[in-house]
Amino acid sequence: MTLSIKKVQETAYLARIAMSEAELTRCHHEIEQIFTLIDQLQAVNTKGITPLAHPQASQQRTVADTVTESDQHEKFQALAPAKQLDYYLVPLVIE
Amino acid sequence: MHFKTLTELKLALHKKEISSHELVSHYLKRIERFNPQLNTFITVTGESALQEAQKADDLRARDPENAPPLLGLPMAHKDLFCTDGVKTSCGSKMLDNFIAPYDATVVTKCRDAGLITLGKTNMDEFAMGSSNENSFYGPVANPWNTEYVPGGSSGGSAAAVAAGLVPVSTGTDTGGSIRQPAALCGITGLKPTYGRVSRYGMTAFASSLDQGGPFGKSAEDVALLLNAMAGFDERDSTSLNVPAEDYTQHLNRSIAGLKIGLPKEYFKNMNAPMQKALDEALKVLEKLGATLVDISLPHADLAIPTYYVLAPAECSSNLSRFDGVRFGYRCENPRDLNDLYLRSRGEGFGTEVKRRILIGTYVLSAGYYEAYYLQAQKTRQLIKQDFDDAFKNVDVIASPTTPTPAFKIGEKVSDPVTMYQCDIYTLALNLAGLPGLSMPAGFIDGLPVGLQLMGHYMQESKLLNIAHQYQCHSDWHSQHPTAME
Repeated sequence: MTLSIKKVQETAYLARIAMSEAELTRCHHEIEQIFTLIDQLQAVNTKGITPLAHPQASQQRTVADTVTESDQHEKFQALAPAKQLDYYLVPLVIE
Repeated sequence: MHFKTLTELKLALHKKEISSHELVSHYLKRIERFNPQLNTFITVTGESALQEAQKADDLRARDPENAPPLLGLPMAHKDLFCTDGVKTSCGSKMLDNFIAPYDATVVTKCRDAGLITLGKTNMDEFAMGSSNENSFYGPVANPWNTEYVPGGSSGGSAAAVAAGLVPVSTGTDTGGSIRQPAALCGITGLKPTYGRVSRYGMTAFASSLDQGGPFGKSAEDVALLLNAMAGFDERDSTSLNVPAEDYTQHLNRSIAGLKIGLPKEYFKNMNAPMQKALDEALKVLEKLGATLVDISLPHADLAIPTYYVLAPAECSSNLSRFDGVRFGYRCENPRDLNDLYLRSRGEGFGTEVKRRILIGTYVLSAGYYEAYYLQAQKTRQLIKQDFDDAFKNVDVIASPTTPTPAFKIGEKVSDPVTMYQCDIYTLALNLAGLPGLSMPAGFIDGLPVGLQLMGHYMQESKLLNIAHQYQCHSDWHSQHPTAME
C-alpha cells in the first residue's frame, strides 16, 4: 500500500505526538518500509478463521465490587508535574 | 566468586563461607568498576542493598531454619518493574523523573524469597527494541565484545549477568526480549507461559504478549528465580490460577525418550557456523536419549507481520496514559491542553516508540481496523494452531534463538525492518502465549549463540529439565568473558 506523508501526519496528530518536518519525513519513509512487511498478511486466506485477541481463551474471572485500595492520593500526586491543593494543574482548555 | 552460579552462592552462604554483606559489597564494587563501560544499570541501590544484606545476615544467624529460600542473594530488576521509592524509568525520558509509588508483584515476591536488589537495569525504551540501542540512557555493551549489542529489550539485565555484576536478574519478553539477549550474551533466559508471572506493576507495552521471566547463568539458577517470581496474583486479571510448582524438582530427570521437534521453517537459510553450533548442541540432546523429529510450522513466516500489527496496536493504547498531566515528563510552557499532550509526548518518547505508536494508531483507525488488526488476529490464530498441532507429536520444539550472533552497535539502528528480523524465531511464541527458553550453545567468532527450546502451555519444568541435562553435559554456560574478570 502507499501511505502518504499527510496520512502519517494525521495519524501523529491522532496519537497526540508532535513531530518536526524532518522527523515526519524520516518516520514516513520508515513506516512505508514496515508496511511492505505488514502487507504480507493481505495475501493470507483467513476465511472462517476465528480472530485470536489473547492467548488465554478462558473467560475472565470476576471479583467482588468492593473497595480494596486505601486512599494514597498524596503519594501519587507527589509525582505530578504541577498540582494545587488536591488537583492536577493543566493549562486552560477554554480561555 | 562473581562468576559462580546462584546455586553455588546459595550454598556458600549456607555454609557460612561468605556473608551476604560481603557478597553484596563485592557485586556493588564490580558494578562500580564495569558499569561505565557496559552501561547495564540505570539506577544502583547500593545503600539499601547493604542494609538489607546486614538484615539477611542477622536473620540467618538468629533463625537459620526459617530463612527464606534465597536469603541474602543479590539480583537486579529490569527498569520497567515498579519499585516503591526507586526510579522506574522504562529506559525513557518520559519517566526519567518517575519514582514508583508501589512495588510490582514480582519485586515483592523476589524480596519475600530473600533476594536483595542491587539496582535497576538498562533496557530499550518501554521494552521496544532488539539491541538495547533505544534507551534514553544510551546503549548497553555486550560483555563479550563491547563494540557489539547485548540484544534487547532486556539487554541490561542479560549483560549484567553475563559480566558477573549480578548472579540473576529479571526481564520481560513481549517478542523475544528475554530469549534474544540471553542468546547474545551467552546466558540462560526463560519466557514463561503467558499468565505464569504477574504483570502487576510491570509497565505495559503489549498486554496480550508481555510476560516477565528470569535470567541466570544456568537452567538451575533460572528455575530458582522462577520459583520466586511465578504464582497467582489477584491483582493481575490475566494471572493463571494454578498451583505453585517447584521448578527445580525435575531438573535431574532423564530426557531419554523425549521427542524434540525441529521446525524446517526455522532452520532454512541458516548460515553455516550457526548450523554447525546448533547441530552439535542437538547431538548432545540425542546422546542423552532424546529423539529429533522434523516438523513443520507452516505459518512461521507470518509471525513478524502479525506481531508488528498487534504489538504496536496494543502499545498505542497502553502508552496513551503518558500525557504529561499526572506523572512523567511535561513540556515547557504549554499553550493549551492539546499543545501539552502533543509536545509532552513528542519530546518525551524516543524514535522507535513514536514509530510504533503511529503504526498502532493507524492499524486501529477507522477504515483500516479490519484489513490490518482483525486480519492479524486471524493470522495469530493460525500461528497458535500450528503449535497446537505440533505438540500433538512432540514434547518440545528446538530452534536457533536468533539468526546470527550479536551485531555491532549502530549497525542496524537506522533500518527498522532489518532490526525486526532479529526476532524472527522468538515472536511466534509470544503470539501463542507459550513458554520458551534460550540456553548457550556455542560461540561464533568469540560471540555466543543460543538454542531455543519451546514448550506447550505450563511446560516450563520440561524446558528447564532439558536445559539442565544439556548443561550437565556441556560447558558453554559456564564460560565467561575474560575482559570482565
